[in-house]
Amino acid sequence: MPILELTSLSKHFGGVRAVDELDLTVEEGEIFGLIGPNGSGKSTTVNLICGVLPVTSGQVVFEGRDITGRQPHRVLAAGVARTFQNIRLFGYLSVWQNLWVAQNSMEDRRRENFAKRWFFGSGAERDTVDEQLEFAGLIDKRNELAANLSFGEQRRLELARALAARPRLLLLDEPAAGMNLEEVQALDGRLRTLQQAGVTIVLVEHVMELVMGVTDRIAVLNFGRKIAEGLPAAIREDEAVQQAYLGGNVGTMHA
Amino acid sequence: MDFFFGLLQIIGVHTILGLSAYVVLQTGQVTLAQAGFFSIGAYVSAMLTVLAGWHIVPALLVAATAAGIVAGIVGFPALRIKGLMLVVATIAFGEFIRLFWFNFDYQIEKKGIVVGPQGGEGFKQIRFFPENGWSTLDVAIFIWVIVALIMLALWWTDRSRAGAVLRAVGEDELAAQSVGINLTAVKVGAFAAGGFIAGIGGAIYAHYTTHIEHLNFGVMLATFAIAYPILGGLRNVFGTLVAVIFIQGFLVEGLRFMGDWRNLLFGALIVLAMNVQPRGLIDERSVRLVRGLFTRN
Repeated sequence: MPILELTSLSKHFGGVRAVDELDLTVEEGEIFGLIGPNGSGKSTTVNLICGVLPVTSGQVVFEGRDITGRQPHRVLAAGVARTFQNIRLFGYLSVWQNLWVAQNSMEDRRRENFAKRWFFGSGAERDTVDEQLEFAGLIDKRNELAANLSFGEQRRLELARALAARPRLLLLDEPAAGMNLEEVQALDGRLRTLQQAGVTIVLVEHVMELVMGVTDRIAVLNFGRKIAEGLPAAIREDEAVQQAYLGGNVGTMHA
Repeated sequence: MDFFFGLLQIIGVHTILGLSAYVVLQTGQVTLAQAGFFSIGAYVSAMLTVLAGWHIVPALLVAATAAGIVAGIVGFPALRIKGLMLVVATIAFGEFIRLFWFNFDYQIEKKGIVVGPQGGEGFKQIRFFPENGWSTLDVAIFIWVIVALIMLALWWTDRSRAGAVLRAVGEDELAAQSVGINLTAVKVGAFAAGGFIAGIGGAIYAHYTTHIEHLNFGVMLATFAIAYPILGGLRNVFGTLVAVIFIQGFLVEGLRFMGDWRNLLFGALIVLAMNVQPRGLIDERSVRLVRGLFTRN
């Protein structure tokens, strides 16, 4: 059963077609890779799904419901969370406050009345924050300011923050950027754990070791259009993909 | 003694004014409209006590609510602009309210004398306190009970999720939205809450000075409103209080012996304070320092 369906989704910036008539279907429970050269429209696609950018035309359907053009906080409430290409934490909040803020969209929280949700939180909330920090391996940093964390820790915290509201679909925008091999492997393991926990993941990534290893299916974008879709092995061999990556340029596909 | 009670009153009212800006500043919005909301609280409450003969407490609440509603309405257009543009827009709005009072004439006869706001002449004879036999001390206590209540409410908010949400919006709006925060509600809500608090301050101000006019509520007052929390630091509400005591108690009153040189030193000392403590007088470091004095490990 598809959890996310994009139908002829387009985003034009003036004359530039950042995303052009994109059709994409993500099945429930899979890790779906979205790759493509720089400027191919991957991040724009994420921003369109999350409602950060207004859609020019087309539709975003999540779990059978049309969420096109919803505001970001309502997209999250529907069950779609995301991380950012460049880390965007609340630097002057403590590590656990970062998660605490993000928990406001949890199912349990949204059922509470206004005063309890925002002003009179219970001790049970703190326990769930600690659980999530434990999973992210940040429990001993809980009172540290987020700005003081190392790069790898910040990435982990951002992932934990996206998961705080218990989303069913997670959009990761280049989570491995700037990571060393060890950290990439740890991320690989964490993504598989999440998949087993029932979270569907869309992975936008440049680091091919990660994408080829962890994803179930991959779609390749170039100039805002989908040029290939299929199993990782097939994508690796695909001629159009190699053309897009190697093109007339000096870039190489780091696989 | 009356001088000190008078000073206490000024510090109390300015603390309320500073706290009204504190709430809005936490969401990353720099507002110079607080003097405008303050003036709404002042005029509306004074009209209620003088013209309608209300008690100060309900008059204060209604006036503050009016100021809060107007502030909420200002909050909506403010959603679309940020940074310097917002500063300019809020200045324009503050001036708009001030000029409204400059042109506002509404007087009736009460017990043989004509009372009410009289345009550029201002609003005289706001005599609720003397008429009801409140001494300067009574007024000072009344003010500080309200200051304490507001500080308690904001201190609690700071420690709750709502407080963390305000700061999150102030740091990164896009990230805040993507963790499920309704940006419109938070920013408009912060403006409305700030307007409400400023309205309370204005209502008290009108009654202890007994005479208000549009010139009291200019850009200078608006600048003071944001200077307090910025100088004091946005970490907690006590920073604002410390900054008001520093500015009103020390710089304005304490340096009076310097005559005309006072204003010069006044500015220089604020610049110095901001350089020594760039994140405000009460920041992470000074809090840790004070905590260290009371705990041993």
